[in-house]
Amino acid sequence: MLRAELNASVGNVELDVALNVEDGACLALAGPSGAGKTTILRLLAGLARPASGRIECGGELWLDTGRSVFAPAERRRCGLVFQQYALFPHMPAWRNVAYALPDTPRTERKQRASELLDRFGAAHVADARPATLSGGERQRVALARALAAEPKLLLLDEPLAALDPRTAAKAGRELGAFLADAEIPTVLVTHDFAQAALLGDRVAVIDAGRIVQQGEPEELASAPASGFVADFTGANVLSGIATPAEEGLTRIELDGGGAVLSAEPASGPVAVSVYPWEVELEPPGSNHAGSARNHIQATVTTVTVLGARVRVGLSAPQHLTAEITDASLERLALKPGAPVVATWKAAATRLAPA
Amino acid sequence: MSAQAATAPPRSLTARGWFPALLGLALAIALAFLVLPVVAIFTHSSPSSLISSLNDPASTDALRLSIETSAIAVAVIVLVGTPSAYLLATREFPAKQLVVTLVELPLVLPPAVAGIGLLASFGPGGFLGPALRNAGIPLTLNTAAVVVALIFVAAPFYLRQGQAAFAALDSSWLEASRTLGAGEAKTFARVAVPAATPGLAAGLALAWGRALGEFGATLMFAGSFRGITQTAPLAIYGEFATDFDGALALSAILVAVSGALLLTVKFLVGSGAFGGAAR
Repeated sequence: MLRAELNASVGNVELDVALNVEDGACLALAGPSGAGKTTILRLLAGLARPASGRIECGGELWLDTGRSVFAPAERRRCGLVFQQYALFPHMPAWRNVAYALPDTPRTERKQRASELLDRFGAAHVADARPATLSGGERQRVALARALAAEPKLLLLDEPLAALDPRTAAKAGRELGAFLADAEIPTVLVTHDFAQAALLGDRVAVIDAGRIVQQGEPEELASAPASGFVADFTGANVLSGIATPAEEGLTRIELDGGGAVLSAEPASGPVAVSVYPWEVELEPPGSNHAGSARNHIQATVTTVTVLGARVRVGLSAPQHLTAEITDASLERLALKPGAPVVATWKAAATRLAPA
Repeated sequence: MSAQAATAPPRSLTARGWFPALLGLALAIALAFLVLPVVAIFTHSSPSSLISSLNDPASTDALRLSIETSAIAVAVIVLVGTPSAYLLATREFPAKQLVVTLVELPLVLPPAVAGIGLLASFGPGGFLGPALRNAGIPLTLNTAAVVVALIFVAAPFYLRQGQAAFAALDSSWLEASRTLGAGEAKTFARVAVPAATPGLAAGLALAWGRALGEFGATLMFAGSFRGITQTAPLAIYGEFATDFDGALALSAILVAVSGALLLTVKFLVGSGAFGGAAR
């Protein structure tokens, strides 16, 4: 169990966060660069001191500025996996792991280190220097090393950022499986909401040093508390003014022209969010036969094919992105410059205070 | 366009411009100038004079003294200089730039000034002279005085290089070590020094080379007494007016020893014998 309250100023960001992570749970801190995410990890690990705060983990008090308690990094049992893994370049992989083994007799060290490497499928690189390892292998060695000291808290700084996309997908699945079995609290940091949702039981979205929303990934995506969170989760975010309308719906006059309906109640300035995969495209002048209530005239600006999915950039009074199937792309014969109508349901139109 | 013209590589890939030629010419001039005196030493000294020089006790005494005193000086420099360089590279403190400048000052001091400074501080009539005499380690025209002079002129080379080597380390290695339960001392000994070894060894080679060639400060501070303070450079100077061939032969040996030292350090670092990071 980790409980932390931290106040610190980092550059021009005032950091002010409270974290509670149960044993075995993983909290993903997600937010744009410069939001203060890595600083939170450094404060938790004892590599930096906050202006004020308190950290308690696994029944130990690591920090209490009110009582002048500060355990230095080497006394906290905190496994930190650095973004670039920070493996010692002058030691083979197994010595990197053995470095962290507490009170292990010299003769048993290699054995213990090899067991840990094996747990992460990296036993075959035990004798290799870090410089000769691939990104994925380095990550495995770094994880084995971080866990060798039997930490009470695991910290992961952008665990997949140093990997190429294909390795990252595989490493992400393996890391997720490992975290599901872990018995200590884990805090990880990422700038990517999809990774946060993949690896975190809970996601805390951080902006400018503060947690703006915290919850399960699905909660954040389905009920973003602000336009910032909606944008961060990958939604289209439009601004407008909401007024109550017929059938219990809310009508939003979009800034720049056009109006949409939402099933959520609101009034006044709002951030309207809709996910790209909820936006469908129709040829101009069609009779809107479906159940979608919202129709926005737009012009195609970009068409990006990603496997069977196609992301279509749209120029409307406010910019929109739609994600459609390659079959729809063929049916509609979309090209940059083509006029289309973007449609989506009132139920898919989420509202948050602007 | 003919087929031949179409397949010819573009001009930019084949043509040798005037600028690369200029660079090559500059290097050729520099190399010739720097190597010629060294080559001349070897071509001027006959093998027989080299052998007779090795049989001359004055020469062998000087060589032995040079190697001993410089080895002791370098050992002291490494022992004190390594932690100092680490501190300068990893900590911020007030007036740090001033401290760095003071440490580097001996690099630009004329040897005569260094000698005078050493006399005024450690010499018999100097600042610490009486204290050293009372402690039973007077630095007066003895071998210990030679070592002190060598340390003074050679240490800045090691400190400068060492500071750069430590500063070039990835700070996350040091932080990772701390989070893995190692205190600052273990982090220094097990991570910082081994990872910085190539740079430290380069500094050691520079400092040793400087110590072997030291002349002015040693002459002024320690004098030139055969077997006691007369190092190889002093012996060469002492001989060259009376026995030019002998001076040449001793010079050739000194060049060979210095060159062998540099090559050995480079070889050891290159082969990873120090366990350093091959970067």
